[in-house]
Amino acid sequence: MNIQLHYTVSADDFTRAGEASGAVKAKLKQLGFRPDVIRKVAIAMYEGEINMVIHAGGGVADVDIEADRVVVVLTDQGPGIPDIEKAMQEGYSTASETVRNLGFGAGMGLPNIKKYTDDLIIDTEIGKGTRITMTVLV
Amino acid sequence: MTIADIANILNATVVCGDNLDTEVLGACGSDMMSDVLAYVKEQAVLLTGLVNMQVIRTAEMMDMVCIVFVRGKTPSDEMIDLAKERGMVLLSTELRMFTACGLLYSHGLTGGEQ
Ligand SMILES: Nc1ncnc2c1ncn2[C@@H]1O[C@H](COP(=O)(O)OP(=O)(O)OP(=O)(O)O)[C@@H](O)[C@H]1O
Ligand SMILES: [Mg+2]
Repeated sequence: MNIQLHYTVSADDFTRAGEASGAVKAKLKQLGFRPDVIRKVAIAMYEGEINMVIHAGGGVADVDIEADRVVVVLTDQGPGIPDIEKAMQEGYSTASETVRNLGFGAGMGLPNIKKYTDDLIIDTEIGKGTRITMTVLV
Repeated sequence: MTIADIANILNATVVCGDNLDTEVLGACGSDMMSDVLAYVKEQAVLLTGLVNMQVIRTAEMMDMVCIVFVRGKTPSDEMIDLAKERGMVLLSTELRMFTACGLLYSHGLTGGEQ
């Protein structure tokens, strides 16, 4: 099995954030992946998708589905992450009051992604953008 | 405890969904969605005072079976549509978060921790 999916994640409409993750979840279900694997991918990708929307002005998602692994790559042209070590800490967030009122900005997203994936690579450059590569093994 | 029991205990209105016989094994109460996403529980219910599409999305990613909106909050049509599509039950109670969680806890529903 080798299926590639591509999504554009827009930051214009917050209500639509998570649509790509929802679509991937449905696809994995349809392909017969185990529920725990599907949930890990869905949660990790959703956190990353929300991050692109609230911190980076949107981006793109590329998903590579193979029999033994699912790899999600999220790429944005946002401000980049100045201090990854800090960003990975539970509770660290630069989210605005507006974002917090929407239910995000607990500083739990990146730690959650780390927790639910088997491999996580963060490439980021200030002023250029961020690419997050997450792998869940089946 | 079933979803119907929860509706009863919280004197909640059923906004949508008809699988009220579904057994609920754990619960989570929060207005911060990433806090919810941090702890996976099987067949869980989410209690929240937050009302936007991301509440439904969060529950969707977690495979949650039911969402209870506290403080009399009611979800939008768009939220109801997505919840229906995903087979989730939406409830609305006038109770505040602390009271709603406390009532469910005292009736034997736990956070799902072993
Ligand atoms: N794609 C991104 N582009 C720029 N900065 C980011 C990106 N993703 C995360 N960050 C930075 O890393 C911090 C921590 O991210 P994390 O997802 O853990 O928390 P959060 O998004 O602030 O809150 P939560 O995820 O709990 O809603 C963010 O507050 C932000 O400063
Ligand atoms: Mg986040």
